[in-house]
Amino acid sequence: MEESYPEEYGPRWPDRRVEQMLGVLVCAVLALLLAMIVTVLLKGWPSFAHNGLAWFGPGGNVDDQLNAIFLSGQPGAEYIYTFHAWPLIWSTILITGGAVTIALFSALFVAVFIVEFAPEWMSNILQPVVRFLASVPSVIYGLLGVLVLVPFIGNHLVSEPQKASVAGIISLSGYSLLAAVVVLTVMIAPLMVSIFSDGLRAVRPGWLEGSLALGVNRWRTTWKIAVRTARPAIVAGTVLAVARAIGEAVMLAMISGSVGFSPNPADGLIFVFEPSRPLAPTIVKNIDQLSSPPANATLFAIATVLLFSAAMLSLVGWATRRAMRKYGATA
Amino acid sequence: MGAPVAAPPAAAPSPGGSPAHHGKAAVEGSATWRLTDRIGLAICWALGLLFCAIAVAIVVYLLVQGLKFLKPSMLVTPASAGFTQSESGGFSDALFGTLIVAVMGISLALPIGVGIAVWLVEYGRPAGLARLTESTIEAIAGIPSIVLALFGTVIFSSTALGFLSRTSGGVVFGRSFFAASTMLSLVALPLIVASTREGLGSIPRHVREASYAVGKTKAATTRRILLPASRPQIATGAMLGLGRIIGDTAIIVVLLGATQNFAPVGGAFPFNYLRGAGTTLTNFVYEASPTGNLNQPQKAYAAAFVLLLLVLALNAAVDVVHRRARKVGTWSS
Repeated sequence: MEESYPEEYGPRWPDRRVEQMLGVLVCAVLALLLAMIVTVLLKGWPSFAHNGLAWFGPGGNVDDQLNAIFLSGQPGAEYIYTFHAWPLIWSTILITGGAVTIALFSALFVAVFIVEFAPEWMSNILQPVVRFLASVPSVIYGLLGVLVLVPFIGNHLVSEPQKASVAGIISLSGYSLLAAVVVLTVMIAPLMVSIFSDGLRAVRPGWLEGSLALGVNRWRTTWKIAVRTARPAIVAGTVLAVARAIGEAVMLAMISGSVGFSPNPADGLIFVFEPSRPLAPTIVKNIDQLSSPPANATLFAIATVLLFSAAMLSLVGWATRRAMRKYGATA
Repeated sequence: MGAPVAAPPAAAPSPGGSPAHHGKAAVEGSATWRLTDRIGLAICWALGLLFCAIAVAIVVYLLVQGLKFLKPSMLVTPASAGFTQSESGGFSDALFGTLIVAVMGISLALPIGVGIAVWLVEYGRPAGLARLTESTIEAIAGIPSIVLALFGTVIFSSTALGFLSRTSGGVVFGRSFFAASTMLSLVALPLIVASTREGLGSIPRHVREASYAVGKTKAATTRRILLPASRPQIATGAMLGLGRIIGDTAIIVVLLGATQNFAPVGGAFPFNYLRGAGTTLTNFVYEASPTGNLNQPQKAYAAAFVLLLLVLALNAAVDVVHRRARKVGTWSS
């Protein structure tokens, strides 16, 4: 075949054709994503349209509402769409916020440690450890949470009087905010560490040497120069971690308690032991209800909220990094 | 945590020559630091050791539980109905399901991902489209996989794609290996694109110019020189993507079905299985955990142990690729 191809035809794969083919591929992927956004929004629209802004507000028992929505999907029945998602949103905020705050703090220290302060042998251990923790499937974290952490919290941390004080409203069995936050922190912190440490490594040595030459000690130099220069990477890592935390469905479905209940910080410290259920696990738990049209719309409405927050996060991250770029920071 | 605060001994530039990192060359002890700074360093050590402890705890705990409950027969017997955990079979279908999903997902994601990366680095015109693609690919990494799964139910329940899953009476079931693998390949895509771009970007311009100078087209240069040269990065990306595919649960639960066995549909041999519903290890662990439908914690431990071994093997493979790539050296040397 090679010989029979006439030379004067030019190359068999002219650049323009290759460029067009790859361009079509790229456009196809972009179109698929656009289709996804449009589909999810359209499918979820009836739920938003019937509830208005009350969709995001509190009111009534979410689990009862979901059940009523599902049952109304039978042929001949009047569709019910009434849905007030505040307990689910509040649970998402609490769990994500808690986990990201703790993970941000610890990941920053660990990344600084790996890049600047750990002795060679220690960072040689820590790097694979971080990579391993980042790659453990979420369902394994969930399993360990259910079989180890949840019983521990239920049996040792929650006292009997505490359980009795809320009996009849909610049961404190260990499926709790605390368990969810702890496991989620372990899940997302390694992700942050790897992005943070890449950013810290990219800091120009000259800047650090300048600071050191002025007599600033290594600790101060790292925090004042390296960490500040690496802020875009820190934003990028945090955005990715928040996105992962908001979207985490299966692990949280396993250990958050799966009750549409909003833990109230005004109750005192007991609220960290209270169960709840964030938005994403609600979809997983009710996935069997897709066949009922109103339930279908409600689940897609939840997905729209998740998608919208993911998009907003990307946008905020992009804008922040853009604003920081003028300080000569790299990442 | 008091003792380890002492600074590491001044590292002489090692003869082998991992590029001596900045800051490590001129090391001062922490003895002269203020107390707050030393407390900070102690926190660093404490958190670093905590990370190691968590990793060791996970591995050791799953190792112990896995070895206690895993029987070789579980790997070859499919799940079956039974009253006790000893009667209900193993999880061979789940293990095979994981392998099928991994192979199909990555064989879809790898060409697409490499193609997008090549377009971005080598062509990238018009610039606006390139920038849009870049940020879109980054945004895919942030899309929750449960949303992808829900979108998958819409696509694969459409009558046009009915041939990819079970259809009865005009209603398309929408759950099959095809459906799950397609959506899972989107999960792996950003990792592959990022990694391939990194590989292509690290090749200096003069290599391309040398190739153009002997009359090669851009396409030929990419295929014969640039892609082979960035093979380590592509392999790394593929393995990271594979890890995400193997570890994802939400898409499997929604798009592959809640059964614990293969549910072949009519058709020629490989297609009857691929069109049918099935299960993977992650789905099995989810269902076998106390919050799932099966509630067989012992088997969940066993399956989780197998899953962890797969993940560890992938991690080790990434390490090997990295080390080999470093031995070969870079373009500048």
